[in-house]
Amino acid sequence: MEQLTTIGINHYLTISAILFALGLYAVMTRKNAIVVLMGVELILNAANINFLAFSHYNGGMEGVMFSLFVIVLAAAEAAVALAIIINIYKIFKSVDVSSIDSMKE
Amino acid sequence: MSNPTYTAIFYLFAAITVFSAAFVVFSRNVIYSAFSLLFTFFGIAALYVFLSADFIAVTQVVVYVGGILVLLLFGVMFTNNIMDTDLKTDVLHAIPGTFLFLGILAALLFTFYTTNGWMPSDTQLQGSVVERIGFETMSRYVLPFEMASILLLAALIGAAFLARYDNGGTNEH
Amino acid sequence: MDQTLSEFGNVFVFFLLGVVFVAGGYLTARMLRPSRPNPVKTSTYECGEEAVGSAWVKFNIRFYVVALIFIIFDVEVVFLFPWATVFRQLGSFALVEALVFAGILILGLVYAWVKGDLDWVRPTPSVPKMPEMPASKSTSQRD
Repeated sequence: MEQLTTIGINHYLTISAILFALGLYAVMTRKNAIVVLMGVELILNAANINFLAFSHYNGGMEGVMFSLFVIVLAAAEAAVALAIIINIYKIFKSVDVSSIDSMKE
Repeated sequence: MSNPTYTAIFYLFAAITVFSAAFVVFSRNVIYSAFSLLFTFFGIAALYVFLSADFIAVTQVVVYVGGILVLLLFGVMFTNNIMDTDLKTDVLHAIPGTFLFLGILAALLFTFYTTNGWMPSDTQLQGSVVERIGFETMSRYVLPFEMASILLLAALIGAAFLARYDNGGTNEH
Repeated sequence: MDQTLSEFGNVFVFFLLGVVFVAGGYLTARMLRPSRPNPVKTSTYECGEEAVGSAWVKFNIRFYVVALIFIIFDVEVVFLFPWATVFRQLGSFALVEALVFAGILILGLVYAWVKGDLDWVRPTPSVPKMPEMPASKSTSQRD
């Protein structure tokens, strides 16, 4: 009971493990490219929770700075990935990642 | 020792995060997934506050909810004929995906709970981190800071070029 | 270990709890209320007029480019805010670094501006041509 009521690092690590596994499941099984991108965002957030949890319980600033850069990278990645997805939709009329298998139109 | 209100609010946000993330993944409707992702991001922001990284929490809300989620919703609206029924997405490789999901989850949790090295340091992060982030940005991380601007410039130009691209060629003249 | 939040953290958790409270109300109402839709109930009410088409029209791609420029400068603000809190103690070095940072990003804004991404696409004017002034239309078009 003491384990459950005192919030420690294992709580954060558990949440991050669940988020990572859910994101991986979305990336593996979803056909819509946008949902795949959402899975990637979940994975990045899971990594961020780990960084901040270790940073908090360790007392250093490295994890905080790294998670800031992860968020910046996620913004750039989402922008470019969605531009690619919109172009794929223009060419193939579909965002189904299992049916897009030709390199040329 | 443990503050019951603190614990209750932590569990509330943890539950919101996990269940809305599960809804993002298992919902068949892309719009529902996108709106559920909103609650996931809010829950994760609250967890960041509990980890005394309040600036990162605000960044999470500003960048993820205000920016990335809007881009995702635009992506959904550009790429789906919402009046048709193809808003639903199918599932591919569901059985191997489930095995991988459970396997990764079990492996991670086993590692986390059987490692005895997670001893909290005496000097935990306390208080607000905004000024410390400012000092770190201007001292140790000044080169990554400038690199980030180049990365953002490349992303802006590349994504604007891609989004402007029109295979009909009717847009630019 | 003491379990306290930072001062701003308290405010932020309070704000998020407000969001959760409202969303929980909607969710509870959705689960409790009866749901018996029929075509008249679900039709859009628009001042008594019959609504034409669906609200889910396809967006212009220009919205995406504007949102893209927004998110890039959103991220810039995220970096500049902690910089601004310590600027007074760091002095000219911090000023030069931030100017380089902002200058590189402004290059991107200039690119988007020059390429016309910030100009809104106007629908081509369908004004009936008047025979008196034939040359007024061609000058208003920018690339």
